[in-house]
Amino acid sequence: MSEQVGTITWISGPVVRARGSRHVGMLELVEVGDERLVGEVIGLKGDQMTVQVYEETSGMQTGAPIYGTGLPLSVELGPGLIQSIYDGVQRPLPLIEEAVGSFITRGARFDSINREKKWKFTPKVKVGDEVKGGAVLGVVMETDTFEHRIMLNPDDSGSISWIAPVGEYTVDEPIAKIKTGKEEKTATMLQRWPVRRARPFVSRRGANIPLITGQRILDTFFPVAKGGAAGIPGPFGSGKTVTQHSIAKWADAEVIVYIGCGERGNEMTEVLQEFPHLIDPRTGNPLMERTVLIANTSNMPVAAREASIYTGITIAEYYRDMGYHVALMADSTSRWAEALREVSGRLEEMPAEEGYPAYLAGRLAEFYERAGYVDTLNGAQGSVSIVGAVSPPGGDFSEPVTQHTKRFIRCFWALDKSLASARHFPAINWLDSYSEYLEDVGAWWREKTGKDWLAMRNRAMELLSDEARLSQIVKLVGPDALPYTERMVLETTRLIREGILQQNATEAVDAYSSVEKQIRLLELVLYFHERGMAIVKRGAPINLIHDLPVVDTIIRAKSSVTNEEMHKFDDIQKQIDQQMGQLDAEYRS
Amino acid sequence: MSEVTVQGGQEVVGVGRIEGPILVVEGGTNVRYDEVVEIQDSRGQIRRGRVLEVGEGFAVVQAFAGSTGLSIDGTRIRFLGSALHIPVAEEMLGRIFDGLGTPIDGGPEPLTDTYRDVNGQPINPTARIYPRDYIQTGISTIDGVNTLLRGQKLPLFSGAGLPHDQLAAQIVRQATLGKVAGAPPSESEEFAIVFAAMGVKNDVADYFRRSFTESGALTRVAMFLNLADDPPVERIVTPRAALTLAEYLAYDLEKHVLVVLTDMTNYGEALRQISNVRGEVPSRKGYPGYLYSDLASMYERTGRIRTSKGSITQIPILTMPNDDITHPMPDLTGYITEGQIVLGRELYFAGVYPPVAVLPSLSRLMKDGIGKNRTRDDHPRWGAQLYAAYARTQDVRALASVIGEEELSEVDQKYLKFGRAFEREFVNQSFTENRTIERTLEIGWKLLSILPKKELTRVTLDEIAQYYRGDDAAN
Repeated sequence: MSEQVGTITWISGPVVRARGSRHVGMLELVEVGDERLVGEVIGLKGDQMTVQVYEETSGMQTGAPIYGTGLPLSVELGPGLIQSIYDGVQRPLPLIEEAVGSFITRGARFDSINREKKWKFTPKVKVGDEVKGGAVLGVVMETDTFEHRIMLNPDDSGSISWIAPVGEYTVDEPIAKIKTGKEEKTATMLQRWPVRRARPFVSRRGANIPLITGQRILDTFFPVAKGGAAGIPGPFGSGKTVTQHSIAKWADAEVIVYIGCGERGNEMTEVLQEFPHLIDPRTGNPLMERTVLIANTSNMPVAAREASIYTGITIAEYYRDMGYHVALMADSTSRWAEALREVSGRLEEMPAEEGYPAYLAGRLAEFYERAGYVDTLNGAQGSVSIVGAVSPPGGDFSEPVTQHTKRFIRCFWALDKSLASARHFPAINWLDSYSEYLEDVGAWWREKTGKDWLAMRNRAMELLSDEARLSQIVKLVGPDALPYTERMVLETTRLIREGILQQNATEAVDAYSSVEKQIRLLELVLYFHERGMAIVKRGAPINLIHDLPVVDTIIRAKSSVTNEEMHKFDDIQKQIDQQMGQLDAEYRS
Repeated sequence: MSEVTVQGGQEVVGVGRIEGPILVVEGGTNVRYDEVVEIQDSRGQIRRGRVLEVGEGFAVVQAFAGSTGLSIDGTRIRFLGSALHIPVAEEMLGRIFDGLGTPIDGGPEPLTDTYRDVNGQPINPTARIYPRDYIQTGISTIDGVNTLLRGQKLPLFSGAGLPHDQLAAQIVRQATLGKVAGAPPSESEEFAIVFAAMGVKNDVADYFRRSFTESGALTRVAMFLNLADDPPVERIVTPRAALTLAEYLAYDLEKHVLVVLTDMTNYGEALRQISNVRGEVPSRKGYPGYLYSDLASMYERTGRIRTSKGSITQIPILTMPNDDITHPMPDLTGYITEGQIVLGRELYFAGVYPPVAVLPSLSRLMKDGIGKNRTRDDHPRWGAQLYAAYARTQDVRALASVIGEEELSEVDQKYLKFGRAFEREFVNQSFTENRTIERTLEIGWKLLSILPKKELTRVTLDEIAQYYRGDDAAN
């Protein structure tokens, strides 16, 4: 299927130049050298082509051939994606291990989707139906509970002239024939889609349903909407990866695409070994049964790291098109940007900021704009939410990747080294972070919990910003100089920080907080504040409030009250009433 | 320029251009990217080099030993046809090699047929085993609050003049497979040690050699030395050669290997030098844009794989220029490694050894190697509590420096007391003191008992009942 289109003339790292055919297309997938390594054409000039190679080029010679394929770099889409682990260009890592052992060697070539496995197909259309691109032709059960909807390629349409009956088929067996004019096309369960082209949909909808992650500082304070985009920047050791893992574990999405892009091998192994044993609280199935992993670790070829982001987002869009909510984690987008920079440097392009190419912002925008809550071609609704980690050098947020990312996301979770040093996790700084989705998701909270979440959340934020101001004064003159009412604020914010914001990802009860638990905790702390403030205003010394036993109870509630024991919050509220009541009585007279 | 074919590869006589350690060789045909070359000067001396870039009719070659004495016409380049390979064998333990893996201890070349590519190959993430077994180093600041696991890469971030070499030597000497707290000591499983020195002074290399000799470890150490007066470019290969041997020992011979790389900052400078000579677009502080990927290609050669019982644990040492942790070398290292142990100058001046600055230090894998059935059930929360209390101490100290200690509240005064005791009794230990995990936990609880119970919100009430021994114990 591939013919020689050129001869290699120059090699430097992952970038190769060749001379040959003038008919090679831009971004065409090519095979490089005698080992037929995967590459992509990234520049054309006369009969010269520049190719980035997705595998290690060590040992390659000038004079070696380049073969064209006539196709752009694409991913395979179909049943079997879920629970897979791929490298950046969708090669299945378990099969590579089986074939060549523990170390990844070059030139290993495998189908991304298993061709032998048979899936039980149930048709959803009948002969004579007029179908448009994206129409659901039938369904298969991809896991015990996950329905994979087989869709017509978005570019095709016509009338069904044949549809396969219920039965077991492999992904490349025909399951339908579609007649368009005189032409008849055969559809299989497998389709290819170019990674750099966003999959089409009918229209975007507003993003006003929060993506619930079970992480209190995210859901309660800085929510991201389904179909939205969020960035987590932070210096090393501040907990980007732990936060990403927590979201991947607990987010209420139906499909999770996790891209480990230029990060540690052990981290991917952790996901691989942990997810099959963790249970999704919503479906009761192992978390792995909704997860697709893309692992292109930092020591794997750099050009494939560049591709991994696109491979991941295309898979995410494919599940969105079926009408599912998909959450995509990219850890870390900075490594992806560095891959761009490395390739750009080898091409001797004129650098813009810090050596990054001038098109960095454009590429980031293209990526984040593929997030969205949409009406799909087949009339369903689905979403892709993106959570991108950013690793700014030296933790300096003024660097180009963080700054450009900020322009394209609406939710910013700023990680803070000093919080991490004090082992305050998640180390998200509540004063530097923001979410532009607050107003959008307010209605959802009201409907879901019957409470005015936004007002409560804003009240808590107000207290936290008061705390920041007050602690400046405390630093100068000590806490004793503050009036009791202001010290009451500090008592409450300690409860907010330790009892709500801090969350232990490794502790069973605390790792995931239901929406109900989140709002009850917040309500409880604010109730404590109002009662305490009233008493302090009557002249009660602050240390009496500080020493109340209920303070400790509230701080420990996050790990002592499970998501099923909401009645315990009533008990704690009674304790507040009782203990504060005594003080109140004493100082009323 | 003439071309002759000799056994083993093509040979080119004469080079087109020499710039620093970089030679541009014209006239070779179909040179392989990244292959090794032998460079012969006009007096017949041979040095080695590596191909960095190939084009039609030319190749860019980097000479490991620099280009001193090479001439345009009098230089012969022989292309060897493959990337740099070094011999690997168990007998290499107990031996000393130069930065390219050639013996310099007067002994013979290692007797083996096994040669490995120094670049290695990436471990398939699905083939890895996640690290879970902790290494007891006998040092409280590591075992207690920054636990090191087998298969982890945990660097020491230090500064000029700080005792990072002593600390590394102590870790190497005391490291054994960790056991549950209170378990009787058993026959320790010994680590094989691969030591690579890049651009460090002779005394440093000597210090390690002596320290290995004294502890009787010398027979299980392989040393790769590229010292300060050795060619800088060779430094690019030194850690890779060391890791290639480590991989053989760990994955072929199933040994547990501890790799010490010092000093990575010198490595980075060598890389910067070559990038600079080649006229590449620099990113931060003149370092090449691929510094991250380059460092990762070494640090990621750590871990455990399913097909072998062995493991590679890496302890890279790097001195932070001007003690700046945001400098590209520590910064990018920190993004790749699984935590860092940071040494602090203030503690060092206060006479604390090892001067581990606990707050900026971190072990990412710690959570998976400690706790019930590994060390002790309370360990994770105990560690978080110590961290939180010590972080609070810093705030209190800042306050005390403004308003004076006497003005502090009673609780804050206790934090001050805790902080002092923490540095003196927990962080501080002697170079020869080898603490058990149980002892470390005990010291920690003793210190926490200085604080009122109410302040200890990270540990459970049951744990307080069991271990808390303070004045506050009664109420």
